[in-house]
Amino acid sequence: MALDAANVGRTFIAPEPYLVGREKIREFAQATGETSPLCHDLAAARAAGHADVVAPVTFPIVLTLKAMGEAVTDPSVGVDWSRVVHGDQRFSYRRPLVAGDELTVHTVIESIKTLAGNDMITLRGDLFDAAGLALGSTWTSLVQRGE
Amino acid sequence: MSEVLYEVGTELPPVTVRFTRADLVRYAGASGDLNLIHWHERTALAVGLPGVIAHGMLTMGHAIRVVTEWIGDPTKVVDYQVRFTRPVVVPDDDEGTEVTFTGKVASINDDDTLTVTLSATSAGVTVMAKASAVVRP
Repeated sequence: MALDAANVGRTFIAPEPYLVGREKIREFAQATGETSPLCHDLAAARAAGHADVVAPVTFPIVLTLKAMGEAVTDPSVGVDWSRVVHGDQRFSYRRPLVAGDELTVHTVIESIKTLAGNDMITLRGDLFDAAGLALGSTWTSLVQRGE
Repeated sequence: MSEVLYEVGTELPPVTVRFTRADLVRYAGASGDLNLIHWHERTALAVGLPGVIAHGMLTMGHAIRVVTEWIGDPTKVVDYQVRFTRPVVVPDDDEGTEVTFTGKVASINDDDTLTVTLSATSAGVTVMAKASAVVRP
């Protein structure tokens, strides 16, 4: 069944903020081959003017994929996660993400299209810090293969 | 951070990685993306894939190293986007699958940022398209 385009424009707010951990950043950096001392070494990060170690560029996926998964598998949207493949991904930053950030994800359904029997859903995740300031956004397009 | 010299057309040093099943499991744990198709052969085959495939986000995470290792600071990347075009199949052996990433300065923009276009190739085919990063040097 095709996804309902009436869902375009809906926003889902994650129920609680995500606290970015220093060890999670190091673990993610190791898993993606990011060797910059800024991601691993607290002293190096502080010397460069950051409050704590900085996240690798693609780190926000840890938060946004979870928030988006919860949003789009809501029965009113109806995405079947087991039939989904990742189509496009984008990250945009207003400021660096560092350990200690407490971030809330607002997931917005930007578009739903049907192409050749497959549904494509594009989601924007807006990240806000504990002060309510925008840190940046992510865009994720998922392709749900036809049954 | 170290100074880098560039102009439109400058090619960045390439990065080559070899993904094994252990790398996929490590990324699954680090990212929280536990989708079975990235580590469980039976499931991957059952959904019509040629085998276990790497997370697109693992490929995307490594591809940006072309930029971050060149510029020396991941926080200088202010925008980064990729389209995933082909799966990277990772066999259950010690060799794994090699992926090579390259990058080139495509433009120097009015706000003094530069745009780098990126490519990823595995087994002779490109696995990402429309891949680019905006860098504030």
